[in-house]
Amino acid sequence: MNIESRNMSLKDKLLSSYLTFQENQDFDNSIHDIKDAAIKVFEEKGFPTRKDENWKYTSLNSLVKEDYSLVGRNDDAVEFRDVKKFFLNDIDTYKIVFIDGKYSSYLSETTHDGVDVCLLSAALTKPKYKSVIDKYFDKILKKDSLTSLNTAFAREGAYIYVPKGKAVSKPIQIVHFATGVESNLMLQPRNLVVVEENAEVQIIERHQSLNSNPVFTNSVTEIYAGNHARVDYYKIQNDKEQASLIDNTHIDQQTSSEVAVHTFSFGGKLTRNNLNFYQNGEHNNSILKGVTIIEDKQHVDHNTLVHHKQPNCESHQDYKGIFDDRSTGVFNGKVIVDSIAQKINAYQSNNNILVSDKASINSKPQLEIFADDVRCSHGCTIGQLDEDALFYMKTRGIGEKEGRALLMYAFANNVLESVKIPQLKSRITKLIANKLGVNLGFEV
Amino acid sequence: MLEIKNLNAGIEDKDILRGIDLKVNAGEVHAIMGPNGSGKSTLSSVIAGKEEYEVTDGDILFEGESILEMDADERAHKGVFLSFQYPVEIPGVSVTNFIKTAINQTRKAKGLEDMPASEMLKKIREKSELLEIDRKFLSRSLNEGFSGGEKKRNEIFQMAMLEPKLAILDETDSGLDIDALRIVSNGVNKLRSSDNAVIVITHYQRLLEYIVPDFVHVLVNGKIVKSGGKELALELEEKGYDWVKAETTV
Repeated sequence: MNIESRNMSLKDKLLSSYLTFQENQDFDNSIHDIKDAAIKVFEEKGFPTRKDENWKYTSLNSLVKEDYSLVGRNDDAVEFRDVKKFFLNDIDTYKIVFIDGKYSSYLSETTHDGVDVCLLSAALTKPKYKSVIDKYFDKILKKDSLTSLNTAFAREGAYIYVPKGKAVSKPIQIVHFATGVESNLMLQPRNLVVVEENAEVQIIERHQSLNSNPVFTNSVTEIYAGNHARVDYYKIQNDKEQASLIDNTHIDQQTSSEVAVHTFSFGGKLTRNNLNFYQNGEHNNSILKGVTIIEDKQHVDHNTLVHHKQPNCESHQDYKGIFDDRSTGVFNGKVIVDSIAQKINAYQSNNNILVSDKASINSKPQLEIFADDVRCSHGCTIGQLDEDALFYMKTRGIGEKEGRALLMYAFANNVLESVKIPQLKSRITKLIANKLGVNLGFEV
Repeated sequence: MLEIKNLNAGIEDKDILRGIDLKVNAGEVHAIMGPNGSGKSTLSSVIAGKEEYEVTDGDILFEGESILEMDADERAHKGVFLSFQYPVEIPGVSVTNFIKTAINQTRKAKGLEDMPASEMLKKIREKSELLEIDRKFLSRSLNEGFSGGEKKRNEIFQMAMLEPKLAILDETDSGLDIDALRIVSNGVNKLRSSDNAVIVITHYQRLLEYIVPDFVHVLVNGKIVKSGGKELALELEEKGYDWVKAETTV
């Protein structure tokens, strides 16, 4: 079979290479079965198109028409000093680092001391992880086509297992580098995060290209939060202009757990975040926050789902966007409250500033509420900057340009209050300040 | 320092100021009093450079130079400061970061380097003590959730930090309890010198017991109808604005 054929569609290429891929893997039968089922879902559904309601404002056409290498060559050594800036260096962290989809032991720092912070490839193939894999791998996913595609090819990514009562002693950085040695590379990392009862973890995830060759990443992360578990997850999306990312994150929450996901989208060609929260226990708290600051022809789409399946829970969504040039944004926030899920507080807000006349945002809340004793609020604003605030700043000597930058900075920075790692908070604050292109005259 | 000549200004075809003349010298404190709707806040906005207002006639000279064509930030760089009646909330920017930005932008406009951090800190400490502002307050978002008194104290704190040549205090006493009024007035008085000037805009005489003016002007219907010494404020308090209105219509 000639999988290099340029005439083949990406879908066909993936389907045909699946067979070759499977033959070379030493998974046990249950994993093979999961993957076989998954590739069938993808075969049937294919890549989503704009005819799908959920993909109305995001077209994958330009991505799927390219011909990708499905396996990175990874023959270029990456030196730490060249990539140091992409890590958070001023605090001690565990690191799980991949280069073109392959694990880099040199750049990583993993552990098995009370908790497992290591590789999914090891977890999928070694017997000692079998019970966790059997219990959690591919168990909460809604079987959409992109997640299924990832499941079929899933081999490498982060595996994080925090047993009952444990807290991972330092944050974990998951970083995926693309070297650009392959001119067009498709990556499908898969992360599994299991945080058992009363356990705690903080994770920072980043995808980063090292040159301007196109990369298409279809990433899946499964997160299981047990009773009273706390998960704090940060996604940094500040990639180069030819890098596209589809992030599919699925979260299962049990009783009294709290899971927060912050997504910082500052770069990349096309970024789509499918962030799905399933509240399977009472007294859950789900926190979804995002800051998007983009320009040129960049596109960022946040597609969130919070499914309240049990009573006495909360969800808080706060997404802010600043769009310049011809950039486009999408916010599609769906909240479902099942009929038994009484006493729910669900908040959603999406605020946007359009800096240029050519920029656009499509914001769409979707509330499906089947219980009667709930408090749901949603608000969406699309606007310009506050002229009164600009005048106020001018009377203090802060000019138009700096004033606008400061207001945008303030607008976006407000979301950072819930970031719990101070060094990360200051890093993101600086990224935002740089992104807005003005020296704000103070250290953050 | 400030010379206003036959100033006529309005907003959207509505005339508000109808020929104001006022001269303020360095070292002086002027009070501008008047009933609601007399044009007091418009006058302060026009001096500070709010663009919505259109100046239809007359001129404003600051240190001998017309400032009418200048943007509000340029006027601030020259040394004009307006304390707002309703300071704007800016969530996400702390009091400290805001004032640092303001000071360094002003220095930049004058071709100066950023103020060294140690000097900045010392100054912030000194001026916040003057206004009885504690450390926690400085790290809060600017004006967000501040009480009326906190907002006004923050305005005067910024004035103290920026050291303007001319400070216009627009209804600084509104929303203040007696303690806050004392703190704010004390701050203003400590900042007075022979090199700077203050214009106090107020409806009531109360503030003028604390910040004692050299001159009092009464603004009615967009015109200064009466000027005098500090005793004029007392007389107004006693007789009410109808007294000047009646007197001027005669």
